[in-house]
Amino acid sequence: MLEKILLLLSLSFSVAEELCKPGAAEGYKVRFSIKTALGDQAYPWSKNEMFLFRAALAFAMRDYTNGEEFGVSDIHPCDETERVSFWFVVTRPNTTDLVDKGTVEMAIKKSRNRINGAFLLTDQTLEFDGIYPTLAAPVSPDTPPWLIVFGVVMGAVSVGIIALLVYPLVQRKLKKNKDADDEDSDEETGVKTAEIGANDGIYNSTFSDDERFTQM
Amino acid sequence: MGKDAGPEERPKWDNKAQYLLTCIGFAVGIGNVWRFPYLCQIYGGGAFLIPYLIALVFEGLPLLFLELAVGQRLRKGSVGVWKTINPVIGGVGIGCLIVSFLVGVFYNTILAWVLWYFFHSFQEPLPWSTCPLNESRTDYNLECKKSTPVNYFWYRETLNITPDIEISGSVEWGMVICLASAWCIVYICFIKGIDSMGKAVYVTSTFPYLVLTIFLIRALTLPGATDGLLYLFTPDWQTLKNPRVWLDAATQIFFSLSVAFGGLISFSSYNEEKNNCERDAVLVGVINSATSLYASIPVFSILGFKATTALNACKDENILALTNHFEFSDQNITLQNYDYWYEYLNTTYPGKFQSLSLRECDLQKLLKQSVSGTGLAFIVFTEAVISMPGSQVWAVLFFVMLFSLGLSSMFGNIEGVLSPLNELKLLPRWMPKELTSAIICLISFLVALLFTLSSGNYWVEVFNGYVGSVPLLIIALFEIIGVIYFRGMKTFSDDIYIMTGRRPNIFWKACWMVISPLLLLVVFVAYVIVQAQTRPTYQAWNPDYEKFPETEQKLYPDWVFAIIILLCVVPVISIPLVALYQLLRGRFRKSSVGMELNPYDNDAFVTDTQEQKTQRA
Repeated sequence: MLEKILLLLSLSFSVAEELCKPGAAEGYKVRFSIKTALGDQAYPWSKNEMFLFRAALAFAMRDYTNGEEFGVSDIHPCDETERVSFWFVVTRPNTTDLVDKGTVEMAIKKSRNRINGAFLLTDQTLEFDGIYPTLAAPVSPDTPPWLIVFGVVMGAVSVGIIALLVYPLVQRKLKKNKDADDEDSDEETGVKTAEIGANDGIYNSTFSDDERFTQM
Repeated sequence: MGKDAGPEERPKWDNKAQYLLTCIGFAVGIGNVWRFPYLCQIYGGGAFLIPYLIALVFEGLPLLFLELAVGQRLRKGSVGVWKTINPVIGGVGIGCLIVSFLVGVFYNTILAWVLWYFFHSFQEPLPWSTCPLNESRTDYNLECKKSTPVNYFWYRETLNITPDIEISGSVEWGMVICLASAWCIVYICFIKGIDSMGKAVYVTSTFPYLVLTIFLIRALTLPGATDGLLYLFTPDWQTLKNPRVWLDAATQIFFSLSVAFGGLISFSSYNEEKNNCERDAVLVGVINSATSLYASIPVFSILGFKATTALNACKDENILALTNHFEFSDQNITLQNYDYWYEYLNTTYPGKFQSLSLRECDLQKLLKQSVSGTGLAFIVFTEAVISMPGSQVWAVLFFVMLFSLGLSSMFGNIEGVLSPLNELKLLPRWMPKELTSAIICLISFLVALLFTLSSGNYWVEVFNGYVGSVPLLIIALFEIIGVIYFRGMKTFSDDIYIMTGRRPNIFWKACWMVISPLLLLVVFVAYVIVQAQTRPTYQAWNPDYEKFPETEQKLYPDWVFAIIILLCVVPVISIPLVALYQLLRGRFRKSSVGMELNPYDNDAFVTDTQEQKTQRA
């Protein structure tokens, strides 16, 4: 009995070993860069971590195939190195049929964030050789922010221009009103200087040059 | 205050500080930040300072002193001054007018680009830090992937540049509104002539120094800053043997001081007559050069930082490749022991090592990538800013600084246009100066729309290379000749005696009479020879080029070449034309005596006043 079990086990192992080999057609290579990602907080790689990986991948397969009961034993890793990189293949539940590469890829892509999260890693530090991370869509707000800044600046400048143009006109009008009041109240004294009274009288051109006022 | 219909009252500066800040602001421009450090770098660092300082002392300061003295004494803008000295050289003023206008048009376009970047710096993350996705959202945009996000943002999203100057493309609306903003800002500062401008320069001339200091402190604390500074200042004495170095030093000092634009003459004419313009000239010249030096320190610290960042990125890439290939434990190879591992693996497993084809990571090579002009500001600097913590703040500060530097130079250009126009009496007298400024800004804006086309950048390069170079040299030459030989050294010395209380010493006299004209002539001839040797080319951004992302070198087509010739000739054509006109008119006047006399004129009175006029001038 014991021998039979041992035989079965070794068979299954050897089958698994045959299934998974470096460069397997239906397999993927995984690389972990834990120290790069976490620095001092890095956890050491161990059999438990490997178990977590197999569990996470089984979850991904289940999630993608909508319920097919993948288990930890359906994920077969091999060729583990010091880098923390290894190959793995996935078999269908309770069989030794390999799941094809495309399906594995779609499953991993769908649950990539969950797998990364389980290991506290990112797309760059948990690398599946051949599966490129989906690119984040760039954030595009409804109103481009630069138009807002432009609006603020131009608004300020336009207000400034209008203020600078209108202010002296307003001042002049106020002054004219004040002058008109003053003139009405004062008597008209003094000699009519050229500025105030020059329009009176007849302009005799024979004595003056082209300019009305002599140049200094 | 302004030019009234009555007795002409010239505008005045509120105080001396306004005048000095305006002149310094005019001289100190964007070129001090992005041209001088580049020249320093390619011409052997510290060694370049020698030809530069020699050019400053023998060419820059005498010209500056000449312009300031002439304007302050004769109290007129660039056209009036030369007409007063001798009507025959009145064309020099008109040349200044045309050059100021053309330079103002393309210079403000550069300010529009600065504004565009400024507006876009208020985003997180900065828009030039990542590539956009392509249409199918499967990968990044191809053009951006092949070059860099920074290059892509500049050439594609800002300029939307065409691969060739002949392909004009369409008007870029984003750029048009930035250009409109730039001209509006110039207008609001210039709305009341020097009254408003004099207030504006308190900010625009001083703010760049504040920002440069902030950048200096920040840049010196960045990793790799010392590498950049060492590279900049290590003198390579061999370069002094190259005549090109001396030529470039002379041209750099000349263009940097903004002489021959006519703006400086106008500015100094608003001074009171008894002002020590000799000290002003030396002050402005020295401050301009000192600013160039001061600006090159943070610029090179940041370039050193950028080179170090690129080096580390290169090394990280190689480390990853090595770790993956040789299956070492993660982080066995680090940046610190990179060199050791590199050598070890190269010698122990040469075959495998070569198969990896790792990139060469060389700091010196990265530092050698020198850039000047728009490349420095909009590509290199923006890339460096991404790697600095708090990128938005640094980007905003940098672009506001560039804008201030450019704006204060624009004031000089606009003054160089408005003041001659007023003196040529081309404008009706009822027009208030607000309206005149508005019309000039509007016309310049409409002409500058040419630069908002997709091929606009190529046209800016054309203008920059040819309007802002040869005509200025010719004008400056005629200015010196006009003052020294038409007005006479004796009269000019008397002028300076009246203004400053002492006659110019032997150094100034020697420079004006011999050294500076000779230097200018040599520079002009050498410049023309160098330009004429090769057919002018330009660098085009062509995504279909096989060596993309390198820029493709293309020849200017013939019609562009014709425009280049026009740009060089039109500003200076007024000098011989006006001279000819005045000589003919003089000859004509001698033959018909009574033609111009006023029928009411009583000779006894008229000749007196005319004599008074010439005595006053």
